Amino acid sequence: MAGSVPMIGQTSPRNEKLTVPKRRWVKNVLIVAAVLVLIWLIVLPLAVVLTESLKKGWDVYIAALRDPDALSALKLTLLVAAITVPLNTIFGIAAAWAITKFKFRGRQLLITLIDLPFSISPVVAGLIYVLVFGSHGWLGPWLKEHDIHIIFALPGIVLATLFVTFPFVARELIPLMEDQGSQEEEAAVTLGARGWQVFWRVTLPNIKWGLLYGIVLCNARAMGEFGAVSVVSGHIRGETNTLPLHVEILYNEYQFSASFAVASLLLLLAVITLVLKSWFTRKSVH
Amino acid sequence: MNTQASQRRLLPGFGLTMGYTVFYLSLIVLVPLSALLLNSTGLTWAKFWDVATDPRVVASYRVSLTTAAAAAVANTGFGLLIAWVLVRYEFPGKRIFDAMIDLPFALPTAVAGVALTAIYSQHGWIGSLLEPLGIKIAFTTVGITIALMFIGIPFVVRTVQPVLQDLEADVEEAAATLGAGRWRTFRSVLLPYLIPPLLTGFALAFSRGIGEYGSVIFISGNMPMRTEIAPLLIMSKLEQYDYAGAVAVAIMLLLISFVLLLVINSLQKWMRRTSR
Repeated sequence: MAGSVPMIGQTSPRNEKLTVPKRRWVKNVLIVAAVLVLIWLIVLPLAVVLTESLKKGWDVYIAALRDPDALSALKLTLLVAAITVPLNTIFGIAAAWAITKFKFRGRQLLITLIDLPFSISPVVAGLIYVLVFGSHGWLGPWLKEHDIHIIFALPGIVLATLFVTFPFVARELIPLMEDQGSQEEEAAVTLGARGWQVFWRVTLPNIKWGLLYGIVLCNARAMGEFGAVSVVSGHIRGETNTLPLHVEILYNEYQFSASFAVASLLLLLAVITLVLKSWFTRKSVH
Repeated sequence: MNTQASQRRLLPGFGLTMGYTVFYLSLIVLVPLSALLLNSTGLTWAKFWDVATDPRVVASYRVSLTTAAAAAVANTGFGLLIAWVLVRYEFPGKRIFDAMIDLPFALPTAVAGVALTAIYSQHGWIGSLLEPLGIKIAFTTVGITIALMFIGIPFVVRTVQPVLQDLEADVEEAAATLGAGRWRTFRSVLLPYLIPPLLTGFALAFSRGIGEYGSVIFISGNMPMRTEIAPLLIMSKLEQYDYAGAVAVAIMLLLISFVLLLVINSLQKWMRRTSR
C-alpha cells in the first residue's frame, strides 16, 4: 500500500507525526462521518443502479441491451463522442498554446469566455442552437429550402455536445502549461527546431497525462450529456436517441429494469473514466 | 512569467493558434449565444415582462434558487468534512473514496436522476423507511435538493482539498505550541485560509445547481408552482412552440449565470492572492 498512496497521502503521515497529540475520538468521529456521507450521497446511487438493473434477472438485462433501439442509441452516442472529442481536443491544445505561450491583451477575458459553457444551463445550450437552426430560427427557412436537417438530427446533437464539452481539454491544459513555462520550448527553438517539431518533441511529452485526463473527462460528458441533447434531439427512436435519452424514454414507459440496464452501461463508462483519471493523475505527479 | 514577457515572440504559432481559438470559440459558443440576446423570436419588452413576472415562472425561479442554495450550503459543510478527512487522516479504503468524489462529474446526469428517484420514492431503500414516518422526499423540494447535493459535492471537495494540502501543519503546530486549543487553532489559524476556497466551492456548486436539469427532473415530479425548476420550464415552453417565452426564461437564467460567473472569477482571484 505504502508505495501506491495517491498524492494526497504523501504529506499526511508526516503531518500526523508532527502535529500536536490529537484526541483519537475526534479523528475517528470525523472519519466515520465523512465515510457515511460518501456512502449516502455516492455509493447508494451506484448500488441502486446495479440492483435495479438486475431485479428481473439477467435475461431482461441482456434483452434490454440487445434491443435494436438500445443498440442504435449506443451507436449514436459513440458516433457523437467520436466527432466531438477530437474537435474539442484540437481546440483545447490550440487555445492553451495561444494563452500560455504568449502574452496579449484580453488574455483573462479569453479564458473566461472559454469557461462560459460551464456556467450555462445545458437546456439553454440546446435552446440557442434551436434559435439558430430550428424551423423558426435564423437559418431555418434557408435550411428548409436546401433540405438540410440540423435540429432533430445528428448535426444538432453534435453541436449541442460540442458546446457543453467545449472547455474540458482547454481548462485542463492551461494551468498545466502555465506551470511548466516556456523555457524548454524556447531552448528547442534556439537550437533550431521548427514549430511542429517543438510541439511534438517537447510540449506534447510534457503535457500528455494532463491532456489524456482532459480528453477522458470530455468524453464522459460527451457520452453522458442529457439536457442539451434532449432539446435538439427530438427523441426519435432508433434515429436521434442517445443512450442517456434512451434511459429516460424507458423510465417514462415504466420499463424500469430495462432503463436501469441501459443506465448501468453509462455507469460502467463513469467508472472506467474515474479509473483512467486517477491513473493519469498519478502518472502526471510522478 | 518574466522570461515569457521578454521573449514572447520567440515561439512560433501565435497567429495560427490564436486565430483558430477565436474562430472556433465564436462558431460554437459566441454566435449561437448571441442568438439568444439578439432575439429572433419577436420577443418584445412587454412579452418579456409578462413571462418574467408570470407566477409560474417566478415560482420556478424560487424553486431553482432555494434548492440550489440549500444544496450548496449543505455541500459546503459536507465538502469541508470530506476534504479534511481525506487530507489529514489515513484510513482503509481512502484511495477509493477519494476517487469516488469525482463520480458525479463522470456519471451522466440522467443516470443519477433515475437512481436517486429509485432510492427515495415510496418503494425505494430510503423512501420506504421514511414513508411510515410521513416524510416524503421524492417529488418534493427536498428531493431536488438531494439531487443537487449529489451533483455539487465534488466542486467543494476539489476546491478545498488542494488548499488544505498546501497548508503546512507547522502553522498549526506553532499555534498549538503557543497554547491555542484545537478549536481555537482551527478557527483563527486555518479558517482564514479556508474561507476563499469554501466560498468558491459554494459558488460553483450553486451555479451548477441552478442550471441542472437531468438529475433533477426525475426526482422533482415537476409540479407547476411547487417542484418545477426553471430549466424544465424552458423545455416545456419549447415543446409548446412558445419560443419567445422560452427565450425570456432563458435570458433570466443566463443573467443569473453571468452574475455568478463574475462572483466566481473574483473569488478565484482572491484565492490566488491568499494562497501566496
